[in-house]
Amino acid sequence: MGPILLKKVGELAAVLLIVSFGTFMLVSLLPNDPAVSILGQGREPAEYAAVREELGLNDALPVRYLDWLGSAVAGDLGRTVVPPYTDVLDRIAAALPVSVELAVLGMAMALLFSIPLAMWSAHRAGGRVDRVISAGSFGVLSVPSFLAGLLIIMVFANQLGWFPRGQWVRISESLGDNLYHAFLPALVIALAETALFTRILRNDLITTLQEDFILAAKAKGMSARHILFSDALRPSSFSMITLLGISLGRLIGSTVIVEYLFALPGMGSLVIGAANTGDFTMVQGAVLVIAVIYVLTNLLIDLSYGVLDPRIRRAHV
Amino acid sequence: MNSTSALLPDRPAAEQESPVLIVDDLRTQIHTPRGDVQAVDGISFTLGRGKTLGIVGESGSGKSVLGRTIMGLYSTGPTMTVSGRVLIAGKDVHTLGASGLRELWGSDVGMVFQDPMTALNPVKKVGVHLTESLRRHRTMNRAQAKAHAAELLNLVGIPEPRRRLDQYPHELSGGMRQRVVIAMSLANEPALLIADEPTTALDVTVQKQILDLLDRLQDELGMAIVLISHNLGVVAGRADRVAVMYAGRVVETADAAALFGLPHHPYTEALLEAIPRLDQPPHVRLAAIDGAPPNMVAPPIGCRFAPRCRYAQSDCTLAPPSLDGAVTRGIATPGHSFACYHPVNAGGQ
Repeated sequence: MGPILLKKVGELAAVLLIVSFGTFMLVSLLPNDPAVSILGQGREPAEYAAVREELGLNDALPVRYLDWLGSAVAGDLGRTVVPPYTDVLDRIAAALPVSVELAVLGMAMALLFSIPLAMWSAHRAGGRVDRVISAGSFGVLSVPSFLAGLLIIMVFANQLGWFPRGQWVRISESLGDNLYHAFLPALVIALAETALFTRILRNDLITTLQEDFILAAKAKGMSARHILFSDALRPSSFSMITLLGISLGRLIGSTVIVEYLFALPGMGSLVIGAANTGDFTMVQGAVLVIAVIYVLTNLLIDLSYGVLDPRIRRAHV
Repeated sequence: MNSTSALLPDRPAAEQESPVLIVDDLRTQIHTPRGDVQAVDGISFTLGRGKTLGIVGESGSGKSVLGRTIMGLYSTGPTMTVSGRVLIAGKDVHTLGASGLRELWGSDVGMVFQDPMTALNPVKKVGVHLTESLRRHRTMNRAQAKAHAAELLNLVGIPEPRRRLDQYPHELSGGMRQRVVIAMSLANEPALLIADEPTTALDVTVQKQILDLLDRLQDELGMAIVLISHNLGVVAGRADRVAVMYAGRVVETADAAALFGLPHHPYTEALLEAIPRLDQPPHVRLAAIDGAPPNMVAPPIGCRFAPRCRYAQSDCTLAPPSLDGAVTRGIATPGHSFACYHPVNAGGQ
């Protein structure tokens, strides 16, 4: 396992370097002049120049990049360049748990829904249940998440009043309350992913169920449930796990719509807000953190293949 | 040799101590987009305890479908229609229902598959393959099942069984894997073992080991075996009785020695001629059967082998010859039946 891990980590470091440089460059493409963002319009040119000097914007690009990267690695992402001039890392530290929790909960729900649905579908492929589930997942996929979110809020929060809308309770305050408040937004996130996972897993299950070892398990008298869970699921889960990794990474920074609908202080709102006010250090820092999480998630996914299939463990050594 | 395993529908069953397997007029029709295929077309036989029936035929003759229909793995549903009766250890397979079948499978009847590379779940340890079947049918705790699994591996001749239990299938050779598959099918000492091409995917030296193993296990456990193979060489010397299948029907059946010694059906004769022989001089052309098996959506009306048969005459294409016709007409001895109007070697009795 050691050498593979080392190689993967090396690859990921390279990816992160490229991503961080992209992030850094992206911000210098922003239309607003950072000095104008900070000071506002109508100041003396000399004042703007002074701010640029202070921010180090007059240095050569490589120097600025290395400076920024060095501090970032040391855990210093700078301060926001617009009021209230707080520490970027503190802002991220406040927003990130919200996004991570939403993404993880959403994914967990999606797995919880999609695995039984896919099994039910695949068990009698082409049957009535399969057709209903297929049509259902197409339907869910074609509904934009803001609409699904609104519908869910209308039904569960406004009509039934089972769950609150808005207000975020941190895990540190109360786990129960936190989950209670996170349930609906996570459900909105889970919907589309459930539809996607169900389709992917159903197709892979159908392929696996035609394997000889499934027939062999049947010929031993194992029950359909045992065959589905114990024999078919693991060999069929590769595509779904890959998709899970991509979705998990993607969701950390892109649950803006859900955050907006439920008024949640997550990473999506943070980045959009910063981009709108020209807060370039904030954007840089947030994008970098999201990229790191994305890359680490996919490392975990890569490693999970070995857990899922013993043949892969061997092939890499 | 007096065989207690008969392949005759009209032979009274009372003559034998209750057979392990009774197959009566079994038919399997597979519905395909291009039409219905009669993959198994009216097959009957009985098989006694400790006896082996070899079923031989070329690819597409319906051997594997027959094996799976006997198991009850194939039953009437949207894609196929099954009729006739199969009794395994006295239980009617096609009326057992889903849960009854699950009790039957793995306890009264076991199955060995063709390809040991695909018959074991790649993500499950060898031991789990064995213990899950043991614990499914018997009351055993984990430790007992594991100990018994090690005994089973020992029984099928796998060295260091304890260590093998914790290995994955890909860590074993093909021959070892087939031994595991056999151990798996024998875990609960079934009365009947259906071996569908058990050695086809293995190389020749390993083939012999596996067949010897089946022989030994049959002696030790007393089970009946249905040995399905396209290879006459595999069946010769292993089976008590042999049934030759062609296009879904049995065309000739007899005790192994009689069938190999004096085949009466032209198809059997042609199959025997097609076996390469070491005692032939080099560069002798290998006899092959011309043509291909019939299109099973619209098989020939008369004898299905007639289009490829060198002895065929005009009456062959009119109506299908029946398997016991030869016996009733007095051309054949009881216990040796064949479905042919113009048998070969018929004067030689």
